Amino acid sequence: MPTPLAPSAQKATRTVELRLSLLESNDRQAVANRRRFKELGMVALNLVSSPGSGKTTLLERTLAEFGAATRCAAVVGDLATDNDARRLGRTRAPVAQITTGSACHLDAGMVARAVGGLDLAGARILFIENVGNLVCPASFDLGEQVRVVLLSAAEGEDKPLKYPPIFKSAHVVLLTKVDVAGVLGFDVEAAAQNVRRIAPQARVIRLSAKSGEGIKEWYDLLGSLVNSGKG
Amino acid sequence: MHEVGIMETTIAAVLSEARGHDASRVHNIVLRVGALSGVEPDALRLAFDAAVKGTPADGAGLEIESVPARGRCPDCDLEFDVESDFIFTCPKCGRISGELVQGRELELTRIVMS
Ligand SMILES: [Zn+2]
Repeated sequence: MPTPLAPSAQKATRTVELRLSLLESNDRQAVANRRRFKELGMVALNLVSSPGSGKTTLLERTLAEFGAATRCAAVVGDLATDNDARRLGRTRAPVAQITTGSACHLDAGMVARAVGGLDLAGARILFIENVGNLVCPASFDLGEQVRVVLLSAAEGEDKPLKYPPIFKSAHVVLLTKVDVAGVLGFDVEAAAQNVRRIAPQARVIRLSAKSGEGIKEWYDLLGSLVNSGKG
Repeated sequence: MHEVGIMETTIAAVLSEARGHDASRVHNIVLRVGALSGVEPDALRLAFDAAVKGTPADGAGLEIESVPARGRCPDCDLEFDVESDFIFTCPKCGRISGELVQGRELELTRIVMS
């Protein structure tokens, strides 16, 4: 049974036009995050992918190599374990873990709280490793300047066609684990073609954090983001 | 299932709006959801009943207006509707464009209350 808000008598029916974003509070926090990152002179990247696409491996190598000359920080969203943060903690970059519990995506508030606990002095890049999921993170602006979507050779070449919202919002698409594409029967060119059809705005880089293929192109992109202050 | 959280914040906004207008009942809630918003209308409907249970919006109707995706070709300066495959092919020149002019909407549009 509905409980009345006020014990008043029958009131006239009225229609109120609102046009309010359903993500109002997230979007407000995202704007605040973006302003803060800018003040810190830092470019924030939101890394989104399915589970097991190689985000952590790529991040580990990036922090160790690119991070050796350019100070980087990372925020890692994880369902339960802190394995990812521990792996990344072996590099000297400041890393914060966000345990999301049952949440299927990070939101701007989680990122703000996690970043608040990091020593960001001198950091030029903040990597935000989102929860492994291609659906839910699409709707949540974290305040990043650059959205990076990863698609690994262990997945289907048609993923961009199956998850248009997230690919449509990507600035960069990384085709990862290309070293094992042949073994897995993954057609890298077909995948790149599908990305171009759904997300022609996105820069596509084919790479392998294991073999090192394409890694230089990735670091060059990061370097240009740092120098331009944005993507 | 981010729709559950989105529906909970939506109903919180609806109830705060109703309180602000000194209303005691919410009869109807209208949302606009873009085809590329990343939110499933069916999942929103599923989350709705639980979110309004025991509140002044319990029993209210939920209307979801779908907003189709629209693209724009920068070469032809032409806006066009996008088919369900979400490939933004310009109907005039055939170029595939990344420009989205409509389709990400996720909006609490209006409430009917008394
Ligand atoms: Zn055209």
